Amino acid sequence: MTNMMRTIGASARRVAAMVLRYWYLLRGSWPRLLELAYWPTVQMIMWGFISQFMATNSTWVAQAAGVLIAAVLLWDVLFRGQLGVSLSFLEEMWSRNLGHLFVSPLRPGEWVVALMTMSLIRTLLGTLPAGLLAIPIFGYSIFDMGLPLVAFFANLIIMGWWLGLMIVALILRHGLGAESLAWVSIFLLAPVSAVYYPVSVLPGWLQAVAWSLPSAHVFEGMRALMFEGVIRWDHLGWAAGLNAAYMVLAAFIFLHFFNVARSRGALLQTGE
Amino acid sequence: MLGCRKSGGMGEGLEGRALEGDGAGQRAICSPYSLLMSQPVIKVDHLTKRFGDAASPVTAVNDISFAVPAGTVVGLLGGNGAGKTTTISMLLGLLLPTSGAIRMLGEDMLRHRHRVLTRMNFSSPYVDLPHRLTVAENLTVYGHLYGIPGVRRRVAEIAEALDVTRFLKKPVGQLSAGQKTRVALAKALLNKPEVLLLDEPTASLDPDTADWIRTYLETYRDRTGATILLASHNMLEVERLCGLVLMMRGGVIVDRGTPADLLERYGRDTLEDVFLDIARDRRSGGAEPAADRVGDAAE
Repeated sequence: MTNMMRTIGASARRVAAMVLRYWYLLRGSWPRLLELAYWPTVQMIMWGFISQFMATNSTWVAQAAGVLIAAVLLWDVLFRGQLGVSLSFLEEMWSRNLGHLFVSPLRPGEWVVALMTMSLIRTLLGTLPAGLLAIPIFGYSIFDMGLPLVAFFANLIIMGWWLGLMIVALILRHGLGAESLAWVSIFLLAPVSAVYYPVSVLPGWLQAVAWSLPSAHVFEGMRALMFEGVIRWDHLGWAAGLNAAYMVLAAFIFLHFFNVARSRGALLQTGE
Repeated sequence: MLGCRKSGGMGEGLEGRALEGDGAGQRAICSPYSLLMSQPVIKVDHLTKRFGDAASPVTAVNDISFAVPAGTVVGLLGGNGAGKTTTISMLLGLLLPTSGAIRMLGEDMLRHRHRVLTRMNFSSPYVDLPHRLTVAENLTVYGHLYGIPGVRRRVAEIAEALDVTRFLKKPVGQLSAGQKTRVALAKALLNKPEVLLLDEPTASLDPDTADWIRTYLETYRDRTGATILLASHNMLEVERLCGLVLMMRGGVIVDRGTPADLLERYGRDTLEDVFLDIARDRRSGGAEPAADRVGDAAE
């Protein structure tokens, strides 16, 4: 028991060390800190004005003020969650530090936990100011959703993590040539995530794709809460179940490509 | 352990301090004779690494075997593409071998490397520390990764020992090559490793800094009894530091022995001439195959 506690303690310390490494990087550059909150805030303001305009021209938007602001803020949770994982990983590639990291006692799983922790920190730093600013600017508080907001947030950030992990795996396999995936791949999922419109708008075959993504369930759940005032547990259940399945798949793919990288010597040759 | 003496007890460790944990305070510093009799700290058996697909494989390391006794400094010598860095990468677990076995500090590196990684470390000019982090931040992060107790104190100690205290608050990216090498060495010695693997530790350094690094490594080995494996192109460095030399060419260990043995065997005055003989495949002095000499894995 004591040995197990010691092992867990040592493991937690290594995770904390990696979080500290990324935190040092973040706090050392105010433009980076500012950039975290910049896009979510700009997006929120833009969609806020669109909402104000549409509320007078669309009965759908008028029924639930703030639905578009809530959607853009939650979409940013997914986007920032994914970027938080893949950008922290890319920092190691850019700084050619993987060789040092993986001759230290750090295990791949501990590194992944650190990447996810850092993703949570970056996402909160990015989206919280935007959420708070929406209150005085547009008179809309996303926090009025209450506890369901925690469930939406958790499901979206977990989806960001497994997406980020899959992107990390691909960059490990293909090198920095695949770096742009970190920025663009999420936008492939945006249309089928039904962020700003119901899934029913999509063609039948695309609806099937949408329902296979946790994000579509989250945004449908969000709209159900805002328009009908009901918590759709079925959507939350589907989102959580799909996230669990995709996370297992992403972990498997990551570990596979990590071992491929070890076999090909890519951990030592990760520079630009 | 005939001929060995214990060192590194209270007040005798590196920088005049007791070594911490894992029996490091009782490392053996041994005479050359007893070194041969002791258990090897590094044992490599029939190690092979091939890159590429099955149709056109490139063999970077081809069936090498060697053993490194405790407290020895071993030089891995060879030209570009000889297989030195590939060998070191496999010893560290950064690269998976195609076949063969590696035992480090008694553990199977392919299966249980995490049991010994806290007791070893590594430095290479080809692997950087994060440039935007300061020296102190880098050393602090690695101190925690290696589970060192009292990280702040240890960072201050090692910074003083390697004369990097005045750079502690500077980002690594702003340091000169010599300063970066010292910082990399500080990181490599942070956990007081029993096994230190160095890839060209003085590459691209001016003679003064290079000499300073060599002196430091000698002192570290003498005080702690650590085992050091270094890959180098610098023959003077190898002659000065290494008790054993493994000569590599085309992924194979083509010869091995003490620097004095090699000089005598090849009838040369300098190790550089021996290196050239081997690199150009000019065997002289009736050099025998490498088997059954010092450093062989088959003892």
